[in-house]
Amino acid sequence: MADSMESPTPTTATDIAWNVRNNLVKATDVIDRHLAAIHDRDGEINAFNTVTADVARARAAEIDEGVAVGRDMGPLAGVPIALKDNMCTRGIPTTCSSKILDGWKPPYDATIVTRLHEAGAILIGKTNLDEFAMGSSTENSAFGPTRNPRDTSRVPGGSSGGSAAAVAAGFAPLALGSDTGGSIRQPAALCGVVGVKPTYGAVSRYGLVAFASSLDQIGPFATTVADAALVLEVISGYDPMDSTSIKPAVGDGTLDLTRQLEWGVAGLRVGRIADLPTGASPDVAERLEQAFDALRAAGAEIVDVQVPAYGYGLTAYYLIAPAEASSNLARYDGVRFGMRVDAADTNAMYMATRTAGFGDEVKRRIMLGTYALSAGYYDAYYGRALKVRRLIADDFAAAYEHVDVLLTPTSPTVAFPIGDKTADPMSMYLCDTYTIPSNLSGEPAMSVPFGTGEAGLPVGVQVLAPALKEDVMFRVAAELERAAASLVQGLEPA
Amino acid sequence: MRSAGSLAGVSDPSGTRISTEAVAKVAKLARLSLDADELRRATDQLSDVLDHFADIDALDLDGVEPMTHPTPISNVMREDVELECLDRDEVLAAAPAAESGRFLVPPIIGLDD
Amino acid sequence: MSETSTTGGAWSFHGYELVVGLEVHVELATRTKLFSASPNRFGDEPNTNIDPVTLGLPGALPVLNRQAVELAMRLGLALNCTVQRSTFARKNYFYPDMPKAYQISQYDEPICIDGWLDLPDGFRVGIERAHLEEDTGKSTHKGGAGGRIHGSDYSLIDFNRAGVPLVEIVSRPDIRTPEQAKAYVSELRAILVAVGASDAKMEEGSMRVDANVSVRLPGAELGTRCEIKNVNSVRSVGRAIEYEAQRQVGMLEAGEKIRQETRHWDENDGRTHTLRSKEDADDYRYFQEPDLVVVDPDVEWIERVRSALPVLPAARRTRLAAATGQPVDGEAVLVVTERGQDSYVLEVAAVGGDAGRALVHVKEAFADQGDRPRVPASDLAALTRLEIDGALTATQAKQVLAEIVGNGGGDARAIAAAKGFEAMDTSELEAMVDAAIAAAPEAWAKFCAGEGKAMGALVGAVMKASKGQADGKAVTALLNARRP
Ligand SMILES: [Mg+2]
Ligand SMILES: [Zn+2]
Repeated sequence: MADSMESPTPTTATDIAWNVRNNLVKATDVIDRHLAAIHDRDGEINAFNTVTADVARARAAEIDEGVAVGRDMGPLAGVPIALKDNMCTRGIPTTCSSKILDGWKPPYDATIVTRLHEAGAILIGKTNLDEFAMGSSTENSAFGPTRNPRDTSRVPGGSSGGSAAAVAAGFAPLALGSDTGGSIRQPAALCGVVGVKPTYGAVSRYGLVAFASSLDQIGPFATTVADAALVLEVISGYDPMDSTSIKPAVGDGTLDLTRQLEWGVAGLRVGRIADLPTGASPDVAERLEQAFDALRAAGAEIVDVQVPAYGYGLTAYYLIAPAEASSNLARYDGVRFGMRVDAADTNAMYMATRTAGFGDEVKRRIMLGTYALSAGYYDAYYGRALKVRRLIADDFAAAYEHVDVLLTPTSPTVAFPIGDKTADPMSMYLCDTYTIPSNLSGEPAMSVPFGTGEAGLPVGVQVLAPALKEDVMFRVAAELERAAASLVQGLEPA
Repeated sequence: MRSAGSLAGVSDPSGTRISTEAVAKVAKLARLSLDADELRRATDQLSDVLDHFADIDALDLDGVEPMTHPTPISNVMREDVELECLDRDEVLAAAPAAESGRFLVPPIIGLDD
Repeated sequence: MSETSTTGGAWSFHGYELVVGLEVHVELATRTKLFSASPNRFGDEPNTNIDPVTLGLPGALPVLNRQAVELAMRLGLALNCTVQRSTFARKNYFYPDMPKAYQISQYDEPICIDGWLDLPDGFRVGIERAHLEEDTGKSTHKGGAGGRIHGSDYSLIDFNRAGVPLVEIVSRPDIRTPEQAKAYVSELRAILVAVGASDAKMEEGSMRVDANVSVRLPGAELGTRCEIKNVNSVRSVGRAIEYEAQRQVGMLEAGEKIRQETRHWDENDGRTHTLRSKEDADDYRYFQEPDLVVVDPDVEWIERVRSALPVLPAARRTRLAAATGQPVDGEAVLVVTERGQDSYVLEVAAVGGDAGRALVHVKEAFADQGDRPRVPASDLAALTRLEIDGALTATQAKQVLAEIVGNGGGDARAIAAAKGFEAMDTSELEAMVDAAIAAAPEAWAKFCAGEGKAMGALVGAVMKASKGQADGKAVTALLNARRP
């Protein structure tokens, strides 16, 4: 951190927290600087649904006072963080970018919100997403699409596009997203930032508005691997409010990441999936090869493995996720919260409210999932999809007998133009080919920027690891980050 | 397992995976109303997605244990201890309609008991 | 409505027999809800016992209540069920009092399966399953025809009850008479209370009975069944089943088909009414609840719960019957055990009292005394001894008992003395009998001629002379002895 001491305006979360905790920089200044950036450019990017300027300034003042009297204000003291707008924040609108929740203010905080607060992080706003996290471009938002800061004619990816764009545009050094089929990793790749989907159960889902409960997982966006590690250490850990939260035999389930980042990859076995589904564009494929080379050069062993069921992930996912979603989204019925369209009787009210409140993609998936679960089709669709899910998990387990991590592309292509895939849902779904399998297996995966591709747009490489092996995954990611810096001239700040 | 019979009801003459009738029934179950061409469009798009299921239909999945949870945990329980409740007024203030401490809904008809 | 013949306890109507299975929902006596920490409490201000889970707010997640699981195990074991590895599923349907638009319930893997319940008369009813699920909120219908759902202007929802832990106990279709159905419900209620699983108050809705009723000609396979809801007293269980069975027989005899449907019992007109037809059967789209994990009680836990079970009503009745020489399904044994006063009767016997007499007195005079009567067991014991020794007649004993109960105890001998109840020696009694005979020769003649009625006059005369103190049995014995 030596240089960060001189740095007058630290930009990474690590540097900001270090400077704030040591009273070298005021949290209030950090917040003002980022609010100014949002003010200047978010009209164009539309990363935020809500900017919590007042709350942020107030909290920053508290942090500064605490530091002034010598209190340790936490590992993220003074660090601005943006939250995807599907995470419940007490008294602050949480919309899921849907008309049906427009203006809804949760009466409670998500567990991660509490953890971040206690760690000294400062909520700066709620970010745009594909409605209820259903999409891969952040175009399915009731509040308009988010634009990619690196080329505003293109999408930032999705569904956590707002969070990815916010970090890429320098609106906040950190953001959280949710990843059900790639919704953190794919936008991270398209925006040229780091994005992590932790092991299912490593981060509490309490207060995350559910899309597909058995697949959803909260994770960070950051500009550096170290920052992602820092915030993941804060938000991970056992939570009694989430029955699927992992309670380790020892400790509290907090991941131990940052101190291992410099360990390198010497002796690690990195898997290349020989039977990986095709479809990656040449520029992306080339970057992946360079990534393998870089890791080999750093002392890793590259091993060919097979994951035969990988290619079935997409199809299985597009039945499992909608099935769970059709049930999770039934609660938006106009009775207890959110939007209601009045009608003569309750049933008519349900119809009117849900028909007016949900967008097309959400309706499409609700119908698909309802169908997959309905009498006569359960076995044919949902039942078989769950068996394919098992095959995928088993195939990964077999592969991890031979390797420590796997390397794949994150997204088949770089960021695509806004409107390119909106007419054809299936073409949009194909964006998730490489990211979906680790949601089905529940294992961790992350995307690291690795140079640029077509039109100088960022390319991401995906590192996959076995459950709770985030530490190894981060070591590999850190190595790729070092290599990427020397590879091409690194990405210009957007 | 999928049997030809179980899908007989959905494969319509045009040979697609799901009929407009099935989509209409599903929409009703999900409390969504679609007009005629929304219904047609939805049918095409759902069939398109379901067509991709052909490759999974081809798999032999006999004896494969369905995977419902990513992590095989069991017996997660809380002690029977009260915690603070939500504030009724705060909650009802956020409700579409309320009266005398309760949530108000239109007459409950056209619904099962 | 014409009469059903009940020969040897079997129900039969125009040659048809009755087949009944019962689904009983009971609210478990926990402090908090099944999946969240707000209170499980009846009668609070509407919507005060609410939390994000109860209201199904976005982002809320269920966490299972250990005590609810333990109570379900307790009652399952009391019903001779196997406790097994179980899972939760979502039952998807829209209704305003169902916050998430799905009910978390146990579907294909319930926690308790394959048990039975023995009725007091020994008839065994199979238990198919007992599973955990969450209760719904409550709707109140406003305007229109006074609180009825149809024609109401709007409805109000209170979610205090939403998420309250329920166990649904599903019997096998073994029940053959309305009486058996009533006995099943009473016995189940007694067991629930005994094991502390629920207060099982049908009037407060903490115990709710649905009856699946069908009829058939003997030997034929099961007929189409109708599910009767809103049966909220043991008495109406019998009435509703009786009505429904005869309705179905009537339809069949009129050549009509029974439609499988859910029917509503109306206490006022004593009939069942169609609630909804099951022809377009609901599609609940059950699937495993991804927010909850498997519940797999280990042997240690199961055995700990089993060994902590109290003595169950059936065993208590057997014990009481043996001690008192009364039939195990006799009224006295049933009533006294139901009141939980069986151990008191045994206590009276233990301190030297006569169990049989004690049973009668407790049944007659302790109705309002609960399971721990104020009267010291030794006082009641003393009274029963005086009776057995013939020192007090039944009539006198009643009066002494009344005073003992009134004062919450007392020395029977002293009270008897104070009332001037002296046991008469036989010579005194014989003199009175002879006097009575002499005073009413024609009655005596008739009596000797074998006219039973005539004895009444003679006994009455002796009673009068003895101011009611004479022992009726003794008088009769003397009269018979004097008959030539
Ligand atoms: Mg039932
Ligand atoms: Zn039930």
